[in-house]
Amino acid sequence: MASHSTPDPSTPPDASRRTFLKLSLGAGAGLLIGAYLPRSPAAATADTPLSFSPFLRISPDDIVTVIDKHLDMGQGNATGLATLVAEELGASPEQVRTEFAPSDPEVYKNLAFGIQGTGGSTAIANSFEQYRRAGAAAREMLAMAAAREWGVPVAEIEVEQGRIRHRRGGLEAKLGDFAVAAARLEVPREPRLRDPAQWRYIGKSFPRVDVPVKSSGAVDLYGMDLHLEDMVVATLIKPPRWGARVRSVYSARALEVPGVIDVVTMPQGVAVIAESTWPAIQARRLLEIEWDERGAETRSSEQLLAEYRALAQTPGLPALSRGDPAAALDRAAHVVEADYEFPYLAHAPMEPIDVTVRFDGETAEFWTGSQLQTVDHQAAARVLGLSMERVRIHTLWAGGSFGRRAIGDAHYVVEAATLARAWGRPRPIKLIYTREDDIQGGYYRPLYLHRVRAGIAADGTLLAWHHRIVGQSIISGTPFEAHLVKDGIDATTVEGVVDMPYQAEHFRVEVHNTRVGVPVLWWRSVGHTHTAYVVETLLDELADRAGRDPVAYRLGMLGEDPRRARVLRLAAEKIGWDRPPAPGLSRGVAVHRSFGSYVAEIAEVRMREDGTVRVERVVCAVDCGIPVNPDNIRAQVEGALGFGLGAVLRNEITLTGGRVDQANFDRYPLLRIGDMPQVEVHIVPSTEPPTGIGEPGTPPIGPAVANAIARATGRRVRTLPMSRHGLA
Amino acid sequence: MTTRIRVNGREREVQAATDTPLLWVLRDELRLTGTKYGCGIGMCGACTVHLDGVPVRSCALPLSAVGSREVTTIEALEGRAAEALRRAWVELAVPQCGYCQSGQLMAAAALLASTPRPGDEEIDAALAGNLCRCAAYHRIRAGIHRAAELLEG
Repeated sequence: MASHSTPDPSTPPDASRRTFLKLSLGAGAGLLIGAYLPRSPAAATADTPLSFSPFLRISPDDIVTVIDKHLDMGQGNATGLATLVAEELGASPEQVRTEFAPSDPEVYKNLAFGIQGTGGSTAIANSFEQYRRAGAAAREMLAMAAAREWGVPVAEIEVEQGRIRHRRGGLEAKLGDFAVAAARLEVPREPRLRDPAQWRYIGKSFPRVDVPVKSSGAVDLYGMDLHLEDMVVATLIKPPRWGARVRSVYSARALEVPGVIDVVTMPQGVAVIAESTWPAIQARRLLEIEWDERGAETRSSEQLLAEYRALAQTPGLPALSRGDPAAALDRAAHVVEADYEFPYLAHAPMEPIDVTVRFDGETAEFWTGSQLQTVDHQAAARVLGLSMERVRIHTLWAGGSFGRRAIGDAHYVVEAATLARAWGRPRPIKLIYTREDDIQGGYYRPLYLHRVRAGIAADGTLLAWHHRIVGQSIISGTPFEAHLVKDGIDATTVEGVVDMPYQAEHFRVEVHNTRVGVPVLWWRSVGHTHTAYVVETLLDELADRAGRDPVAYRLGMLGEDPRRARVLRLAAEKIGWDRPPAPGLSRGVAVHRSFGSYVAEIAEVRMREDGTVRVERVVCAVDCGIPVNPDNIRAQVEGALGFGLGAVLRNEITLTGGRVDQANFDRYPLLRIGDMPQVEVHIVPSTEPPTGIGEPGTPPIGPAVANAIARATGRRVRTLPMSRHGLA
Repeated sequence: MTTRIRVNGREREVQAATDTPLLWVLRDELRLTGTKYGCGIGMCGACTVHLDGVPVRSCALPLSAVGSREVTTIEALEGRAAEALRRAWVELAVPQCGYCQSGQLMAAAALLASTPRPGDEEIDAALAGNLCRCAAYHRIRAGIHRAAELLEG
């Protein structure tokens, strides 16, 4: 049985079975899922945690458990939320544990989404007040309980670093000593938050709650590691082309493989159910499946691109329009006209997709690294014909995700639920994707084509910018459509362009939404993965044409955008922009805002004799508002930059006749350690509310490297990945 | 079918087809789930174990090929180098999602056993087979340097 909480010898292995008291704060009806009716307070013993709110429990043995409503897929929000609670509560890091919240669309909703889920780099931003208030409320309750017991004024009680103190009276207790008494008190509605000047952890440091166990290496935190009694393992063969369906299956040979229990045909494909993993993988090769490919997607990437190029010649839906770009371009001293092509990209988290389901006909449980619990929960209930109250979603630590586990159609939960229902036996099923299933499974960052014409005056003044984007909408057809698609424009298609800081008097952005049978999805930093590349490389080219320094040229246009200007200046200062790089190196710069945060990256690259590029060093400056956990911010920028770098260097998913050409890491080569530059991350101090950090490090790296390559070679790379041009 | 192999200092009898990759024997039969599945073709290193001290990809090694060699998994990775690595990993907060870390540590421990004070290039070469999708490479490198320092000190 996998643990749902930060593993620790003192943490019971299955906290969900335990009874705990639940007080009234925010306890909507939905909290009944995964919560239990209160028993007598007398039942509280040394190992019974007491609930102070849906976000926090304290047990008499002095353990503080923070309930993380988000998925931690490596980006560190479990630690971030623990930091917020510990800060206000006055807990010490050593006594804090975390566990993932049950699925509850009301109590545990992401305040930025309105449903429970993690994405858009919102975890800390939407929780910043909520979790601090939960900590502060519990602190006030503990102080009140101590004041009553000690007969002293509550105003004289301090709660700091895991101790409740009355200094004058020389009284001191642990938090756990008053957990029982405090949990009986009314929850204050307007708890007082601490003065930021007193913060001990926020903006300073708080050790990552998951690092010790993950550093042991011997972990079974992930869904892939889950083992339930009597469990079977399933794999699912999906059609080789999207839109195809199973016509017939010959399964006799597969069923002969020792360990194989059953072969189940369902609308999504053919599942092999086995006693263990290897037979479930092995027997696939012995299945003979005939597919009905009428209506399947059969186009190749090259065909799609040819169609996209033709579309780009024609006006699209306007996303933004001011002035008359066409006329202004005629008057411009320099015009750059360019097409940019971006391939489909797979997320390829190290832990492939997996989900375990236990369904007995009346109730069901799912275990998975759910990134959109509410969507998964609703979909599971729908497929199984159960009310949501009869379905539980257990969120597990995910071995990466980058958006892959946040799926509008909840496809893999639906597949598991469909299989459980179709198979009809009560044994728990762990459905796993092989790496091939993962790479070939779709839900990619879409293929995009941009056509841009930009014009400047002789002095470099930006006059006109006409931008067309052709590609699939990520959001259309998902639960987010009403919120994010307006007048046919998917906000994620144009983000990073419509809000670009370089103001042209004549500016037009148009979109062609294409229909392709390939399912698409947000991929770490979403639209910014391509828009930042276009804007920041094209602007660099314009600076060149104007004979201007690329940093000075940008700064000249950022008067209205001081935070962006500041990160750019900081990165330039830290790399020593005013001095030339070491011999053999060339520099490129990019600055971008995404998810509310500003990141400037300056890359130093060396061109090897074989024509490939080696990124030697990247200096980053980031402004993400109040930096809740500076070391984790550095880690996220380092990693996000590496994630983006690997993609721009070598990654592409291509289709031939509708089939994916890549299947594994041999042909989808991820960034390796030898590709990783030295990275320096400088954080701008800020008192602004915290904004995203999981994604904003990704967008600038591609254009920074491309600009450095242009500086070194004169070549502007406009079709990714760079390996297509012999650069990687 | 019964096969005997030595895993983490103990003789184990396993019931699995002899073409079963060692990875799945470890994970499913012996419940040693620290060793991870990442690609199944020996390209990602998440499944790295030691065979007589040498790092190998257990996803590409059939049970029948193990023979009498000693298999060491992350659960039994011990000794000064392993301790130094784990301490360095915590100090520098190396892991993000953590899924690849068992393989990274197995590879790093083998490197330190042969090269107590590796340079960047030696680290990059020794860990070239271990993917980290979170791209925590910067800290993996720093963590190995730090572990080497701890071992000297």
